[in-house]
Amino acid sequence: MEQLMADLKKQIIEALNLKHLKPENIGDDQPLFGDGLGLDSIDALELIVLLQQSYKVKIDNPQDGPTIFRSVKSIAEYIRANQTA
Amino acid sequence: MFISGTSIIRKQTVIHKGALAFENKSVSLDDFLTGAYNYLSPEYPKFYKMDRLAQLGFLATEFLLSDFSIKQYSPESVSLVLSNAHASMDTDVRYHESSKTSSSPALFVYTLPNIVSGEICIRHRIKGENTFFISPAFDAELLAAYVDQVMMQPSVHACIAGWIDVMDSHHDVFLYLVEKEQRGLALPHTAEELTKLYR
Repeated sequence: MEQLMADLKKQIIEALNLKHLKPENIGDDQPLFGDGLGLDSIDALELIVLLQQSYKVKIDNPQDGPTIFRSVKSIAEYIRANQTA
Repeated sequence: MFISGTSIIRKQTVIHKGALAFENKSVSLDDFLTGAYNYLSPEYPKFYKMDRLAQLGFLATEFLLSDFSIKQYSPESVSLVLSNAHASMDTDVRYHESSKTSSSPALFVYTLPNIVSGEICIRHRIKGENTFFISPAFDAELLAAYVDQVMMQPSVHACIAGWIDVMDSHHDVFLYLVEKEQRGLALPHTAEELTKLYR
Protein backbone atom coordinates (compact mmCIF):
# COMPACT_ATOMS: atom_id res chain seq x y z
CA MET A 1 0.00 0.00 0.00
CA GLU A 2 2.83 2.39 0.88
CA GLN A 3 4.57 1.72 -2.44
CA LEU A 4 1.31 2.16 -4.35
CA MET A 5 0.70 5.54 -2.72
CA ALA A 6 4.28 6.61 -3.46
CA ASP A 7 3.84 5.60 -7.12
CA LEU A 8 0.50 7.41 -7.31
CA LYS A 9 2.01 10.65 -6.01
CA LYS A 10 4.68 10.59 -8.71
CA GLN A 11 2.13 9.73 -11.40
CA ILE A 12 -0.28 12.45 -10.27
CA ILE A 13 2.49 15.09 -10.38
CA GLU A 14 3.50 13.93 -13.86
CA ALA A 15 -0.01 13.54 -15.29
CA LEU A 16 -1.38 16.78 -13.85
CA ASN A 17 1.73 18.89 -14.47
CA LEU A 18 2.11 19.76 -10.80
CA LYS A 19 5.75 20.69 -11.33
CA HIS A 20 5.76 22.95 -8.29
CA LEU A 21 5.20 19.92 -6.04
CA LYS A 22 7.30 16.96 -4.95
CA PRO A 23 5.81 13.61 -3.91
CA GLU A 24 6.66 14.32 -0.27
CA ASN A 25 4.55 17.50 -0.45
CA ILE A 26 1.40 15.41 -0.93
CA GLY A 27 0.04 13.85 2.25
CA ASP A 28 -1.57 10.40 2.09
CA ASP A 29 -4.83 11.79 3.49
CA GLN A 30 -4.56 15.30 2.07
CA PRO A 31 -7.69 16.32 0.14
CA LEU A 32 -6.86 16.54 -3.56
CA PHE A 33 -9.68 18.91 -4.53
CA GLY A 34 -11.00 22.13 -3.05
CA ASP A 35 -8.80 23.67 -0.40
CA GLY A 36 -6.41 20.71 -0.42
CA LEU A 37 -4.25 20.35 -3.49
CA GLY A 38 -6.60 22.56 -5.48
CA LEU A 39 -7.29 20.16 -8.34
CA ASP A 40 -10.17 20.90 -10.70
CA SER A 41 -12.64 18.99 -12.89
CA ILE A 42 -10.17 18.59 -15.76
CA ASP A 43 -7.71 17.07 -13.30
CA ALA A 44 -10.42 14.60 -12.28
CA LEU A 45 -10.70 13.49 -15.92
CA GLU A 46 -6.92 13.06 -16.06
CA LEU A 47 -7.07 10.92 -12.92
CA ILE A 48 -9.71 8.70 -14.52
CA VAL A 49 -7.45 8.25 -17.56
CA LEU A 50 -4.48 7.54 -15.25
CA LEU A 51 -6.36 4.82 -13.38
CA GLN A 52 -7.53 3.20 -16.61
CA GLN A 53 -4.14 3.26 -18.31
CA SER A 54 -1.79 2.49 -15.45
CA TYR A 55 -3.94 0.22 -13.31
CA LYS A 56 -6.67 -1.02 -15.69
CA VAL A 57 -9.22 0.22 -13.18
CA LYS A 58 -12.44 1.87 -14.35
CA ILE A 59 -14.90 3.97 -12.41
CA ASP A 60 -18.32 2.60 -13.31
CA ASN A 61 -20.38 5.08 -11.34
CA PRO A 62 -19.30 8.74 -11.83
CA GLN A 63 -21.04 9.62 -8.57
CA ASP A 64 -18.33 7.65 -6.75
CA GLY A 65 -15.67 10.06 -8.08
CA PRO A 66 -15.58 12.47 -5.12
CA THR A 67 -15.15 9.57 -2.70
CA ILE A 68 -12.52 7.76 -4.76
CA PHE A 69 -10.52 10.90 -5.54
CA ARG A 70 -10.71 12.36 -2.05
CA SER A 71 -7.02 11.62 -1.38
CA VAL A 72 -4.09 9.53 -2.55
CA LYS A 73 -4.97 6.98 0.10
CA SER A 74 -8.58 6.67 -1.10
CA ILE A 75 -7.40 6.22 -4.70
CA ALA A 76 -4.95 3.52 -3.62
CA GLU A 77 -7.68 1.74 -1.66
CA TYR A 78 -9.98 1.84 -4.70
CA ILE A 79 -7.24 0.43 -6.93
CA ARG A 80 -6.53 -2.41 -4.48
CA ALA A 81 -10.23 -3.23 -4.20
CA ASN A 82 -10.94 -3.18 -7.94
CA GLN A 83 -7.75 -4.26 -9.68
CA THR A 84 -7.95 -7.71 -11.20
CA ALA A 85 -4.98 -9.91 -10.42
CA MET B 1 -6.14 56.53 -27.02
CA PHE B 2 -2.57 56.00 -25.88
CA ILE B 3 -0.18 53.09 -25.72
CA SER B 4 1.07 52.96 -22.12
CA GLY B 5 3.36 49.96 -22.31
CA THR B 6 4.55 47.04 -24.41
CA SER B 7 6.03 43.59 -23.96
CA ILE B 8 7.65 41.44 -26.61
CA ILE B 9 8.71 37.78 -26.42
CA ARG B 10 10.70 36.66 -29.42
CA LYS B 11 13.72 34.37 -29.90
CA GLN B 12 13.54 33.42 -26.21
CA THR B 13 14.04 37.03 -25.21
CA VAL B 14 11.62 39.25 -23.30
CA ILE B 15 11.58 42.97 -24.01
CA HIS B 16 9.52 45.15 -21.68
CA LYS B 17 9.01 48.78 -22.72
CA GLY B 18 11.93 48.52 -25.12
CA ALA B 19 14.42 47.16 -22.56
CA LEU B 20 15.73 43.62 -22.12
CA ALA B 21 13.84 41.99 -19.25
CA PHE B 22 14.73 38.29 -19.52
CA GLU B 23 16.65 36.08 -21.91
CA ASN B 24 17.70 32.43 -22.21
CA LYS B 25 18.48 31.20 -25.69
CA SER B 26 20.44 28.11 -24.68
CA VAL B 27 17.48 25.98 -23.58
CA SER B 28 14.30 24.61 -25.16
CA LEU B 29 11.28 26.87 -25.52
CA ASP B 30 9.52 25.00 -22.70
CA ASP B 31 12.49 25.51 -20.38
CA PHE B 32 12.72 29.15 -21.41
CA LEU B 33 9.06 29.65 -20.48
CA THR B 34 9.55 27.94 -17.11
CA GLY B 35 12.68 30.04 -16.56
CA ALA B 36 10.80 33.26 -17.26
CA TYR B 37 8.05 32.13 -14.87
CA ASN B 38 10.62 31.39 -12.14
CA TYR B 39 12.25 34.78 -12.78
CA LEU B 40 8.95 36.54 -12.15
CA SER B 41 7.90 34.16 -9.33
CA PRO B 42 4.21 35.02 -9.58
CA GLU B 43 3.23 31.99 -7.47
CA TYR B 44 0.55 30.87 -9.91
CA PRO B 45 0.89 27.06 -10.15
CA LYS B 46 -1.73 26.84 -12.89
CA PHE B 47 0.98 28.16 -15.21
CA TYR B 48 2.47 24.66 -15.34
CA LYS B 49 -0.79 23.25 -16.70
CA MET B 50 -1.09 25.78 -19.52
CA ASP B 51 -0.09 25.10 -23.10
CA ARG B 52 2.66 27.17 -24.71
CA LEU B 53 0.25 29.69 -26.22
CA ALA B 54 -1.30 30.37 -22.82
CA GLN B 55 2.10 30.42 -21.10
CA LEU B 56 3.37 33.00 -23.60
CA GLY B 57 0.27 35.14 -23.12
CA PHE B 58 0.47 34.78 -19.36
CA LEU B 59 4.15 35.78 -19.24
CA ALA B 60 3.82 38.67 -21.71
CA THR B 61 0.95 40.07 -19.65
CA GLU B 62 2.90 39.63 -16.40
CA PHE B 63 5.77 41.68 -17.85
CA LEU B 64 3.39 44.21 -19.42
CA LEU B 65 1.66 44.83 -16.10
CA SER B 66 4.73 44.44 -13.89
CA ASP B 67 4.92 48.18 -13.20
CA PHE B 68 1.22 48.99 -13.38
CA SER B 69 -1.80 47.71 -11.48
CA ILE B 70 -4.62 47.02 -13.92
CA LYS B 71 -6.84 46.53 -10.85
CA GLN B 72 -7.18 50.30 -10.57
CA TYR B 73 -9.79 49.84 -13.28
CA SER B 74 -12.97 47.90 -12.65
CA PRO B 75 -12.89 44.37 -14.13
CA GLU B 76 -15.67 45.27 -16.58
CA SER B 77 -13.81 48.31 -17.93
CA VAL B 78 -10.77 46.39 -19.21
CA SER B 79 -10.91 44.65 -22.60
CA LEU B 80 -8.69 42.16 -24.35
CA VAL B 81 -8.09 42.01 -28.12
CA LEU B 82 -5.63 39.34 -29.25
CA SER B 83 -4.59 37.87 -32.57
CA ASN B 84 -2.28 35.32 -34.13
CA ALA B 85 -1.61 33.25 -37.24
CA HIS B 86 -1.50 29.66 -36.00
CA ALA B 87 -4.57 29.72 -33.71
CA SER B 88 -4.04 26.76 -31.31
CA MET B 89 -2.33 24.57 -33.93
CA ASP B 90 0.74 23.99 -31.74
CA THR B 91 -1.44 22.26 -29.15
CA ASP B 92 -3.82 20.77 -31.73
CA VAL B 93 -0.91 18.81 -33.22
CA ARG B 94 0.29 17.65 -29.80
CA TYR B 95 -3.23 16.58 -28.87
CA HIS B 96 -3.62 14.72 -32.15
CA GLU B 97 -0.35 12.88 -31.53
CA SER B 98 -1.26 12.05 -27.93
CA SER B 99 -4.69 10.78 -28.93
CA LYS B 100 -3.06 7.90 -30.81
CA THR B 101 -2.27 6.34 -27.42
CA SER B 102 -4.47 8.24 -24.96
CA SER B 103 -6.49 11.42 -25.08
CA SER B 104 -5.44 13.94 -22.47
CA PRO B 105 -8.36 16.06 -21.21
CA ALA B 106 -5.88 18.63 -19.88
CA LEU B 107 -4.37 19.02 -23.36
CA PHE B 108 -7.77 19.01 -25.07
CA VAL B 109 -9.00 22.08 -23.17
CA TYR B 110 -6.26 24.15 -24.82
CA THR B 111 -7.26 23.24 -28.38
CA LEU B 112 -8.84 26.64 -28.89
CA PRO B 113 -6.83 29.85 -29.41
CA ASN B 114 -8.96 32.03 -27.16
CA ILE B 115 -8.20 29.93 -24.09
CA VAL B 116 -5.16 32.16 -23.64
CA SER B 117 -7.58 35.10 -23.35
CA GLY B 118 -9.44 33.28 -20.59
CA GLU B 119 -6.23 32.54 -18.71
CA ILE B 120 -5.19 36.21 -18.84
CA CYS B 121 -8.68 37.34 -17.78
CA ILE B 122 -8.73 34.92 -14.83
CA ARG B 123 -5.25 35.96 -13.70
CA HIS B 124 -5.98 39.71 -13.86
CA ARG B 125 -9.71 39.62 -13.13
CA ILE B 126 -10.60 41.13 -16.47
CA LYS B 127 -14.29 40.92 -17.38
CA GLY B 128 -14.57 43.32 -20.32
CA GLU B 129 -15.10 42.43 -23.94
CA ASN B 130 -12.55 40.06 -25.41
CA THR B 131 -11.86 39.11 -29.01
CA PHE B 132 -9.37 36.85 -30.77
CA PHE B 133 -8.54 37.37 -34.45
CA ILE B 134 -6.74 34.91 -36.71
CA SER B 135 -4.80 36.58 -39.52
CA PRO B 136 -1.84 35.51 -41.70
CA ALA B 137 0.49 38.07 -40.13
CA PHE B 138 0.54 40.82 -37.51
CA ASP B 139 -2.07 43.31 -38.70
CA ALA B 140 -1.47 46.73 -37.20
CA GLU B 141 -4.34 48.31 -39.14
CA LEU B 142 -6.84 45.74 -37.84
CA LEU B 143 -5.70 46.05 -34.23
CA ALA B 144 -5.56 49.83 -34.25
CA ALA B 145 -9.04 50.14 -35.76
CA TYR B 146 -10.71 47.45 -33.65
CA VAL B 147 -9.13 48.45 -30.35
CA ASP B 148 -10.06 52.10 -30.99
CA GLN B 149 -13.64 50.99 -31.58
CA VAL B 150 -13.66 49.02 -28.33
CA MET B 151 -12.09 51.91 -26.41
CA MET B 152 -14.71 54.33 -27.70
CA GLN B 153 -17.27 52.69 -25.46
CA PRO B 154 -17.65 54.95 -22.41
CA SER B 155 -17.48 51.96 -20.07
CA VAL B 156 -14.07 50.80 -21.36
CA HIS B 157 -10.98 52.47 -19.88
CA ALA B 158 -8.15 50.14 -20.84
CA CYS B 159 -7.41 47.36 -23.29
CA ILE B 160 -4.66 44.76 -23.51
CA ALA B 161 -4.08 43.97 -27.17
CA GLY B 162 -1.62 42.42 -29.54
CA TRP B 163 -0.23 39.28 -31.12
CA ILE B 164 0.55 35.90 -29.49
CA ASP B 165 1.72 33.28 -31.95
CA VAL B 166 3.47 29.97 -31.39
CA MET B 167 4.14 26.92 -33.54
CA ASP B 168 6.77 24.39 -32.46
CA SER B 169 9.78 26.42 -31.34
CA HIS B 170 8.73 29.52 -33.32
CA HIS B 171 7.15 32.12 -31.08
CA ASP B 172 6.28 35.76 -31.60
CA VAL B 173 4.50 37.81 -28.95
CA PHE B 174 3.78 41.52 -28.94
CA LEU B 175 1.35 42.83 -26.33
CA TYR B 176 0.52 46.40 -25.51
CA LEU B 177 -1.68 48.28 -23.07
CA VAL B 178 -3.99 51.02 -24.33
CA GLU B 179 -5.54 53.59 -22.02
CA LYS B 180 -7.66 56.67 -22.55
CA GLU B 181 -5.35 58.76 -20.39
CA GLN B 182 -1.72 59.51 -21.18
CA ARG B 183 0.57 57.42 -18.99
CA GLY B 184 3.77 55.42 -19.29
CA LEU B 185 5.02 55.42 -22.88
CA ALA B 186 2.07 57.67 -23.80
CA LEU B 187 2.40 56.92 -27.50
CA PRO B 188 -0.49 57.55 -29.89
CA HIS B 189 -2.48 54.40 -30.64
CA THR B 190 -2.09 54.31 -34.41
CA ALA B 191 -1.28 51.60 -36.94
CA GLU B 192 1.97 53.39 -37.75
CA GLU B 193 3.07 53.39 -34.12
CA LEU B 194 2.08 49.73 -33.68
CA THR B 195 4.06 48.76 -36.76
CA LYS B 196 7.13 50.50 -35.38
CA LEU B 197 6.75 48.94 -31.94
CA TYR B 198 6.16 45.44 -33.34
CA ARG B 199 9.40 45.41 -35.37
